[in-house]
Amino acid sequence: MPAYIGKSIKRVEDERFITGRGRYTDDIVLPKMTHAWIVRSPWAHARIKSIDATEARSQPGVVAVFVGQDMVDDGINPIPTGWQIGADMKEPPHHTLAVDKVRHVGDGVAVVIADTREVAQDAAELVVVDYEPLPAVVHMDDALHDDAPLVHDGAPNNVSFTWELGDREATDAALASAHHITSYEVVNQRLIANAIEPRSVIGDHDLATGNLTLYTSSQNPHLIRLLLCAFVTGLPEHKVRVISPDVGGGFGSKIFHYPEEVLCTWATRKIGRPVKWTAERSESFVTDAQGRDHISQAQMAFDAEGKITGLKVDTKANMGAYLSTFAGGIPTWLYGTLLAGQYTTPVIHVHTTGIFTNTVPVDALRGAGRPEATFLLERLMDLAANEMGYDPAELRRMNFIGADQFPYTTPVVLEYDSGDYEAALDAALDMIGYADLRQMQEQARTAGRLVGIGFSTYIEACGIAPSAVAGAIGARAGLYDSGMIRVHPTGKVQAYTGVHSHGQGHETTFAQLVAHHLQIPMEDVELVHGDTALIPFGMGTYGSRSLAVGGSAIYRALEKVLNKARKIAAHKLEAAEDDLEYVGGQFTVKGTDRSVGFGDIALTAYVPHDYPIEELEPGLEFNAFYDPKNFTFPFGAHICAVEVDPETGEVAILRYVAVDDVGEVINPMIVDGQVHGGIAHGIGQALLEQGVYDNEGQLLTGSFMDYAVPRAADLPMFEVDRTVTPCPHNPLGAKGAGETGTIASTPCIVNAVCDAVGVRDIAMPLTPERVWQAIRASHSTREAA
Amino acid sequence: MTPSAFNYARAATVEEALALLAEHDNARLLAGGHSLIPAMKLRLDDPALLVDVSRISSLSQITLHYNRLCIGALVTHRVVEASLLVQAQCGALAEAAGGIGDPQVRNRGTLGGSLAHADPAADYPALVLALDADIIVSGATGKRTVGADDFFCGLFETALQDGEMITEAHFPCLGAQEGASYAKHASPASKYAVVGVAAYVAVDATGQCTRARIGVTGAATHAFRAEEAEMRLVGKQLNASVIDNAVAGIADPRDMLSDIGASSEYRAHLCSVMAKRAVSAAAAEAMG
Amino acid sequence: MTQSIQVTVNGKEQQAKVEPRTLLVDFLRSTLGLTGTHVGCDTSQCGACNVHVDGECVKSCTVFAVQADGSSVTTIEGMAGGELHPLQVAFREEHALQCGFCTPGMIMTAADLLSRNASPGEDEIRHALEGNYCRCTGYHNIVKAIQRAAEAT
Repeated sequence: MPAYIGKSIKRVEDERFITGRGRYTDDIVLPKMTHAWIVRSPWAHARIKSIDATEARSQPGVVAVFVGQDMVDDGINPIPTGWQIGADMKEPPHHTLAVDKVRHVGDGVAVVIADTREVAQDAAELVVVDYEPLPAVVHMDDALHDDAPLVHDGAPNNVSFTWELGDREATDAALASAHHITSYEVVNQRLIANAIEPRSVIGDHDLATGNLTLYTSSQNPHLIRLLLCAFVTGLPEHKVRVISPDVGGGFGSKIFHYPEEVLCTWATRKIGRPVKWTAERSESFVTDAQGRDHISQAQMAFDAEGKITGLKVDTKANMGAYLSTFAGGIPTWLYGTLLAGQYTTPVIHVHTTGIFTNTVPVDALRGAGRPEATFLLERLMDLAANEMGYDPAELRRMNFIGADQFPYTTPVVLEYDSGDYEAALDAALDMIGYADLRQMQEQARTAGRLVGIGFSTYIEACGIAPSAVAGAIGARAGLYDSGMIRVHPTGKVQAYTGVHSHGQGHETTFAQLVAHHLQIPMEDVELVHGDTALIPFGMGTYGSRSLAVGGSAIYRALEKVLNKARKIAAHKLEAAEDDLEYVGGQFTVKGTDRSVGFGDIALTAYVPHDYPIEELEPGLEFNAFYDPKNFTFPFGAHICAVEVDPETGEVAILRYVAVDDVGEVINPMIVDGQVHGGIAHGIGQALLEQGVYDNEGQLLTGSFMDYAVPRAADLPMFEVDRTVTPCPHNPLGAKGAGETGTIASTPCIVNAVCDAVGVRDIAMPLTPERVWQAIRASHSTREAA
Repeated sequence: MTPSAFNYARAATVEEALALLAEHDNARLLAGGHSLIPAMKLRLDDPALLVDVSRISSLSQITLHYNRLCIGALVTHRVVEASLLVQAQCGALAEAAGGIGDPQVRNRGTLGGSLAHADPAADYPALVLALDADIIVSGATGKRTVGADDFFCGLFETALQDGEMITEAHFPCLGAQEGASYAKHASPASKYAVVGVAAYVAVDATGQCTRARIGVTGAATHAFRAEEAEMRLVGKQLNASVIDNAVAGIADPRDMLSDIGASSEYRAHLCSVMAKRAVSAAAAEAMG
Repeated sequence: MTQSIQVTVNGKEQQAKVEPRTLLVDFLRSTLGLTGTHVGCDTSQCGACNVHVDGECVKSCTVFAVQADGSSVTTIEGMAGGELHPLQVAFREEHALQCGFCTPGMIMTAADLLSRNASPGEDEIRHALEGNYCRCTGYHNIVKAIQRAAEAT
């Protein structure tokens, strides 16, 4: 039987996608289905004085028009957030449809439900909403002023929470006694995930059974059901089925429980017909939770030998108008804990303020907190190297946690399990040919060309999370996952996972895992995911947790299956269990030719005529819940070379080298693909993407005409490689690969461009204009000097 | 994404199209639709009647007539890009067409549609100005020719009167001592020109510039000519320092657009940079 | 007001009455149930809706169904004859898709490119993809897949 782990098996899910047979939520058509169109606020902050839907209701084909009060009257609760950050956290209500006030452009106000989408949209234009516009607060610094308008009356100064981690006194002392301090103030700009599939939801209430099926383009079906039933609607969980079919990308934005899920659930029960809502892209821009948006001040202290002696960070984090599902956890526990990076920084203190503004809610976006932390650290390292006269690679090396220092406890509470940071850096330096590259850079500079080299050596904490730790730090849920293995009588296998694939290739990777350990052909294994009626439970996919947590749960279930199979085999072969070995899909009595195959055992389990029925139940099916013992800690070194057009400021990426360590790899092809996509996403933040609001709270980059996502011609071919340091605490040795590229690439590119231009900093995204301004400023500085 | 409801009529001839325009209020012509349909989908535009002119075959031709390249209004960007005739007679135009939007946009978008829409960031207007093209317009009272310099009047405003339609544009065939080029700095989001500059130069046997025209798009509310720069080129040998000198300060930041895509200051700077590139390439072509 | 149209879709003649405002993509998805063609934006940019009309790749979200009257349309569902199209094979072999949402439009664009340029270079491929967004792959493997398909044909 072939070994499947470690092989670049082509994906089994591809057949349907390349032939147009994928089944995304908007592709689903149900009998008598209606279509919802949501009337959305054009104002960032306004009081709703009245809503007149008379004319809309009278349109042919309109089934119903509802407003927020209708839902409140029906006992629908606000949508909760999933993280408690400190006892004093302000968590104002987030209604499905605004009741008294709208708090961001795009806030839902009313819904029109009609036989067709066109009729719903036409009628929605006839809903008359009388708004009393209120002053909006958009920028975080403005929001904190005493006289600033309040997004929520219950949140003075627009502060949702403050949070800190680390030893403030020791850090202040380190700064006071530092030989050198590198300071950095940075805006980590607002991003918009823009998965190419717009969000889509269908609620389908079965009048015969009372069962409700919710189809939703979610990364996280079980959590949606839990929040929907336990907190928002009160519907009995066993009567609600949430299905996430094929989902066209998520990048974090499809983790969260969204108003439209509540709306379609409630409305289908109201009207007795299925209700579908699919976002327009322009709607996605103002309703999908957005990402990043930090303003930070950081100071890093060094001794005379270039060793980091302390790091102090103060961050303002924009929460937008409401606390989205993971909102508070991102700029705190998923951010502050990463500020040690790969370095032996002895003392760290971080303070975060979560701030409400009249903008779209902010939550996790690919990397979620970890890119923000890494950006800060890796920019600081390049700045410090420049200020103190070190090669940026060498300053990093001097401060690395040594390969012999693991497990390593950082001053920001994480215990890194394993790593070899120097090995990854050396591999990357070797791949890019560092010495030659520096020489090329010198020659280019002599010729008047602006060539720069950037570094990023990063750490990520993923595989979230040990439930006890998660609970202790404010998560209102456990973060284990489940895996179930169902062996059918013919030996064919279905595996059920609580994590969800929306591009990551679980149907292939997990089948490899199962087939490998059961020693059966991969074709005999199917993965089932994304359906709460089929899968016991799960926490979904985000934070690069699928394999490390969901895969480990599958592995535990496989152990149980093989354990029982061995007992059945021992019975059939009339041998002791210990005398059996399982090789090539056969249990064989060691040293004999007596064996029984997996298929025979499966059949025996279900046709138990000759069976140890006193000791064993029939059947061959096991579920396992796996709660990780620790986070996993992927790491790596990225190096890139860029060239800047001195006339226009345009940046061209000449080389991009990535050496990542994601632990053991099941499918290298898929991991490489994750890394490519991650790097591209991070480059998008560095060079192209920004969510910009004007002072009235209008999103100026509200379409692809103004919000630039990377295109093919913006990117180079990526040169990727790996080192392998297995995760010691999960059975697969796997860490997670979905976010590494995004975390690493943003500072890598910015470092390179600053190196090329010879300036300290350029604000992200590094648009041609900003780079050109930086070139001009550096020229005038040089001329003045 | 669905537009508001409208009526639809297909015109088989220019006359039929003009008659439909005359008969109906709020009627609009539909050619490739790549400016109009996006606006209608966002419900920023809601015509009562669309007159589909896309099948008027007489408007889809490219012909050579008395040393003029006559391009029908319905010729797509893709056809302009790929036309051997255009490549041979006016290479800059073909090259510029190949940089409009993306391949799918070029497959549908038309020359006439683009000119009539007069988006301030469209590419063709710069070429029309630099190449001194003529726009041929039909209306109730017959045909008229609008010179390049008279066509673009303001933001989305042209010399077209109500009830008129563009049927053709006439571009010059470039001779041995002529050259033209288009240089564009595109928006990374929309791919429209932040600034695009088209340049045309003619030189005499000694390499001295005898005529120069520079058209600028993307920078201001409508495409314009950089006449001072043109004057600084005429009568000179087109070497690097002459070109640098000519394009310096070609645009005044106070006249430039300013938006989240680019400030007026940056646009003014890009005008000089793109002009330098376009003029240099045009000069190289003219001097063989 | 509806309009009668006749369109040949993936080789099969289709007669239908449509509102003039019905976009070709909605006609394909809703009327014909060909949901392999996707909608990813409303500004004619992302290319998830790309199909071929009379052999040319177009954004079916920016064409009214009435404009396609009398035309021949090919969607992703029509790309495979008895066996997969070389591009479909290449996309799978090179892992040029992750979530799969942009994939049909990518393949339609790539087919248009290869019909005009049988052996495009990397730069030509990247520029030909200007009207197609992918958020998953970083385009790396898409470029490789198109190169592979070009070599295979």
